[in-house]
Amino acid sequence: MENIIQSIKNLSIGFKSKKGDEISILRNVTTNIKKGETVGIVGESGSGKSTLALAMMGYVKQGLYTIKGECLYKSSNLLKMKSRDLEKIRGRKIAMIPQNAGQSLTPNLKIGYQIDEALSLHTSLNKTERNNKISELLNKVRLPSPDTMAFRYPHELSGGQQQRVAVAMALAGRPDLLLLDEPTTGLDVTTQAHVLELLRSIAKDTETSMVYVSHDLGAIAQVSDRIIVMYAGEIVLEGPARSILKNPIHPYTFGLLKSIPKLSLAGLPGSMPGSQPQPGSIGIGCSFYDRCSIAEEKCKKNSPNLEYVSELKTNVRCFNYKNLEKFNYKISSSNQKINVKKEINQILNLTDVSISYAKQKLLDQIFNKISDTNPTVKDINIEVKKGETIALVGESGSGKSTILKSIAGLLRTKDGKIKFKNDRELSSNLKNRDSNDLRAIQLIFQNPDESLNPNHTVEQILSQPLKLYFGLNGEKLRKNIIELLQKVRLGEFYMTRYPRQLSGGEKQRVAVARAFAAKPDIILCDEVTSALDVSVQAAVLNLLQNLKEDLGTTYIFVSHDLAVVRAISDRVAVLYQGRLCEIGPSKNVYQFPSHPYTEVLLGAVLEPDPDIKPKLVAEDIVEEKPPEKGCSFQGRCPKILGDQCKNETPPWQIGDNGNAIRCHIPLKDLKKQQLS
Amino acid sequence: MLFLIIKRIFLGFITLFIVSLITFVGTEILPGDACTTYLEREAYGAALEACYKRLGLDIPAYERYISWAHNVVQGDFGYSLSGQMPINEVLGPRIKNSMVLASAAIIIGIPLALILGIITALWRDKLPDITISTITIFAMTIPEFISATLLILIVAIWLQWLPGIVIVPTDVTFFELLPNIILPVIAIAMIMTAHMARMVRSSVIQVMASDYIQMAILKGVPYWKMVFKHVLPNALLPAINVVALTIAWLLGGVVVTEVVFNYPGLGRLVIESISNRDLPTVQALAIILASIYVSINLIADLMTFMLNPRLKSLQIRK
Amino acid sequence: MNLNKLSKEKQKNVFSKILEVFKTMASKPSGFIGLFILVFHVLLAILSPYLAPYDYKAIDPTLMLQAPSSEYWFGTDSLGRDVFTRTIMGGRTALTITFFGSLIALLWGGLLGIFCGLVGGRIDDVVMRIVDAFLSIPWILAMLLIVSLLGTSIEVLIPALGFFYGKGIVRVARAATHDVIAKDFIVSARARGHGNMSIIWNEIIPNVRDAILVEGAMRWSWMLLGFSSLSFLGFGVSPPTPDWGLMISNARGLMSFAYWSVIAPIVGLSSLIIGINLTADAFAKALGIDRSTKAPV
Repeated sequence: MENIIQSIKNLSIGFKSKKGDEISILRNVTTNIKKGETVGIVGESGSGKSTLALAMMGYVKQGLYTIKGECLYKSSNLLKMKSRDLEKIRGRKIAMIPQNAGQSLTPNLKIGYQIDEALSLHTSLNKTERNNKISELLNKVRLPSPDTMAFRYPHELSGGQQQRVAVAMALAGRPDLLLLDEPTTGLDVTTQAHVLELLRSIAKDTETSMVYVSHDLGAIAQVSDRIIVMYAGEIVLEGPARSILKNPIHPYTFGLLKSIPKLSLAGLPGSMPGSQPQPGSIGIGCSFYDRCSIAEEKCKKNSPNLEYVSELKTNVRCFNYKNLEKFNYKISSSNQKINVKKEINQILNLTDVSISYAKQKLLDQIFNKISDTNPTVKDINIEVKKGETIALVGESGSGKSTILKSIAGLLRTKDGKIKFKNDRELSSNLKNRDSNDLRAIQLIFQNPDESLNPNHTVEQILSQPLKLYFGLNGEKLRKNIIELLQKVRLGEFYMTRYPRQLSGGEKQRVAVARAFAAKPDIILCDEVTSALDVSVQAAVLNLLQNLKEDLGTTYIFVSHDLAVVRAISDRVAVLYQGRLCEIGPSKNVYQFPSHPYTEVLLGAVLEPDPDIKPKLVAEDIVEEKPPEKGCSFQGRCPKILGDQCKNETPPWQIGDNGNAIRCHIPLKDLKKQQLS
Repeated sequence: MLFLIIKRIFLGFITLFIVSLITFVGTEILPGDACTTYLEREAYGAALEACYKRLGLDIPAYERYISWAHNVVQGDFGYSLSGQMPINEVLGPRIKNSMVLASAAIIIGIPLALILGIITALWRDKLPDITISTITIFAMTIPEFISATLLILIVAIWLQWLPGIVIVPTDVTFFELLPNIILPVIAIAMIMTAHMARMVRSSVIQVMASDYIQMAILKGVPYWKMVFKHVLPNALLPAINVVALTIAWLLGGVVVTEVVFNYPGLGRLVIESISNRDLPTVQALAIILASIYVSINLIADLMTFMLNPRLKSLQIRK
Repeated sequence: MNLNKLSKEKQKNVFSKILEVFKTMASKPSGFIGLFILVFHVLLAILSPYLAPYDYKAIDPTLMLQAPSSEYWFGTDSLGRDVFTRTIMGGRTALTITFFGSLIALLWGGLLGIFCGLVGGRIDDVVMRIVDAFLSIPWILAMLLIVSLLGTSIEVLIPALGFFYGKGIVRVARAATHDVIAKDFIVSARARGHGNMSIIWNEIIPNVRDAILVEGAMRWSWMLLGFSSLSFLGFGVSPPTPDWGLMISNARGLMSFAYWSVIAPIVGLSSLIIGINLTADAFAKALGIDRSTKAPV
């Protein structure tokens, strides 16, 4: 066909194991990319999606090799091409926008040079034309002051700006095909929505084909015409975006969509058991067999082929996809949270807490005081009730983790009081807390790879709090550890394992078990699901909820993901630049009226639904420091009133639904504006 | 930036100050003093007292340190016991000779190490890498006195191409010195080159595995352009400091090499003054060698400051 | 399973881990050669007094500088001593002194490094400044001074070498500790309320151990080099004890007509240093540490 830009035929890529076995990462992938279309490739980590994207440029990472198949660009196989010929295609015909542009821009070269390099390699422009083109490109990707930007080094730019530079660089050669490898992962919610919006408009303007690789169905749903779902190196489902998202007829895709928390839906997402098999451990049957709810005997022995379903224009790799519909097939169903009877007792109370990262001056150190008129975190008043889950939400730099650290006693507060149980003041310095207070507050971290000692077995990890707080040993200790493992749904045999022998989800379960080992009153959760795959995230969220229902623990849950927060929390506090913006019951925070910043955040959330588009209401400027006075959000607020917002700290206004909003704009007006 | 440089220089002086304290206290704590160790069995009575008087050892230690340090700052290291003349006069030609030797080794060694390191990294695990890497392992592990001895045995004795032992007065001119220094330079440069080549190799390999090199390849940048523009500047920057540390450490090896070749440099002076138990000279040597060490590191730091855009632009993001 | 069994299993675990490291080391030719040479030298050092055909200090002026023969395999030296006997015994002192020296270096360097990395701040600054100052006096000058004033007995050499070669370990241990204490599992242990000693013992040491051990192995080969240099300069082992450095130094002047008396100790010393180096390299690789970026300071 004429309009096919790239076609991939029967592609398998893999590596040789130490024993000499051939292990495939990509298995028999066949697909075509048409002119002008945007294809989304979605899959969890280890699904082979990035390897596929790189193969589309004729690039195979060191250690990997092409087992069979080809990758045709205009009838020439990129995987067999000489590197001199490839240099003429890469960047000129096919360009890549990488994940994490911060590490993909050469640190010693200025932005302008790096774009100029692409221009001089792939266009016939002369020096002055190229210079004009550079500022044109930087302008096109909406970077501020494009002329001076060219003279900056990559490290001087924010994450969003670096990503935009990468886009400009990719556009320099006017390619036919743009490959995007997780281009928005790691960016803040609002920045992500803006970059996505930019990409979509570029695709529309230039009629470039795009291949968008991501683990995030929300982002994929926003940009793609067609979606390819990958699992364990295979395409399991492929078809038009709308069909895939509305009728995910493969059980994996179905489960994946179900496990994504959604703003429009209260309650916890449904979880999928298990995790994706590692390359090399895939047997002869269907690769999804172990996790599938509709699997039959034949799925164990035979691997299904892609089957075309004409009414949905979809290819599906499943024997039983028709049975899926019988299984009460409806994405919108989700586990309703059982409302635990909440006690009205407050368990923790933060009054006027402020925290400063500023280095103490010598004189202040001597007098033991912290002087900083504009601390990182200021005026935090939060009351935590026993048994509730309160969430702190905000983008990077909002101070949410900082507050958590102070509660844990890891960071000294500058002002204010942290009161625990019966108004007893808790020192923000660990050393002044007694063992019982230390036990009562436990932490779970974002990345279990960092929070579990890699040189300890699971048994050693779990025995530490048990020994420390309860002095257990011998048979008793062992029994306790097994009980804990059962609580987090892990078998006894995990005791002798090291963290590196566990999957991401299993590691986080061990971290959860360690926190619960102390029989704590409060557990501080710092982005506990951010490092996990979506299907695993849902399982961990469910686990946390179940444990809480059983044990009546209080959670303080920090996250940047509003949908996750919506799913797990009873109350939400929204933070910007270390100041509270809004606080209230979670179902109300997601209703109007809300603080202008909450509105911006909510608008930027990407839902895995082609009908819900993000609303971009404010610029994604990065602010280095909170403003000296006035409202913390004044720099970006689309509704700013003027001097009042710049000079006066906004008052707390309490809405009829119990939501407290800190804004100068009367609630009436806010509601009116937001509903229109 | 300027602040960083000033701070760095200041720290260098602090280090030298501590070195002077260590050497002074060290020679003070160890049994015997300059006079008893120098005079050995004759250390009694009038001779000892005369010696004490001459060196000023009859006043308290801290006063002696202050006046000694005061003189050192002004460039006066005192009086050599064995040479029976001011230490400055002993040091002058020795420093010059050692400098000639070391600079020649560095001038040959650094470019050679760069080339070898880059070749081994770019042809990693291929024949050029395996060959060169094996040779560098040998070159860097074999002690200088062995390689020097072997050089003399093979080149000077068996082949008779070059003089094996340097027999020249301490104050010869550069051109008289030249044929004599070829073998010592080779001996020193060999070990130095081997060390640096290995560091360059691993640094280049690290950079080659980075995301931005993958990006440069995917951008269609031709291979050699990529190597020179994207790889080397980033790979060599962190290597500067390590190279400086290595060079400074190898100063110890220069001592041995000079002894093997009977070369009249600082190294041989170290052995001579220690054999003669000439403590004032030893102290002077400690300060001088430490200053060389400190300045090599200082130069490396300054070079890093100058070349690293992260430090140059001053806008250091946290 | 009772506690006794459990701790036994732990022991087995450690043992199998060590075995695995050795297997990985020996799986590559360079590692295998290194280990082979090292084991050979250690055995030689232990057994050489029983293997030696002659008395190492038996002087016989009638047998001066004999060329290698069936009777004297490596010939004789300028005092008529059997070079073969002296060569196979020449590594004993060096190996022993540097091995124990390395242990001392490992101990004080490792502990001080962990301490500095952990406390950080001013104390760390001051200690590192002092360590740096020690580093800037060439080791050879310091060693020569100490040896010339205190003598060349083992009680002087082992601690002195251990002290001067421990400086590098301080740096490595400190850097490794710095990397580790930023990790969340340390934060977690702190937040739980574990004391400093418990954190060092349970959390830090298991994670910096590998880096320090590799550095120690590397230090050993440097120390051997340094010690041999001292011997060569006449400040190491005192005659008539056979030692390669000293043998090379003595025979060097006569090598134009009696090269064998130089070649034999050169081969002995070079092979040992290369053996230790290859082993250290393989050891580092087996533990996943790249040692080639480190300066030999």
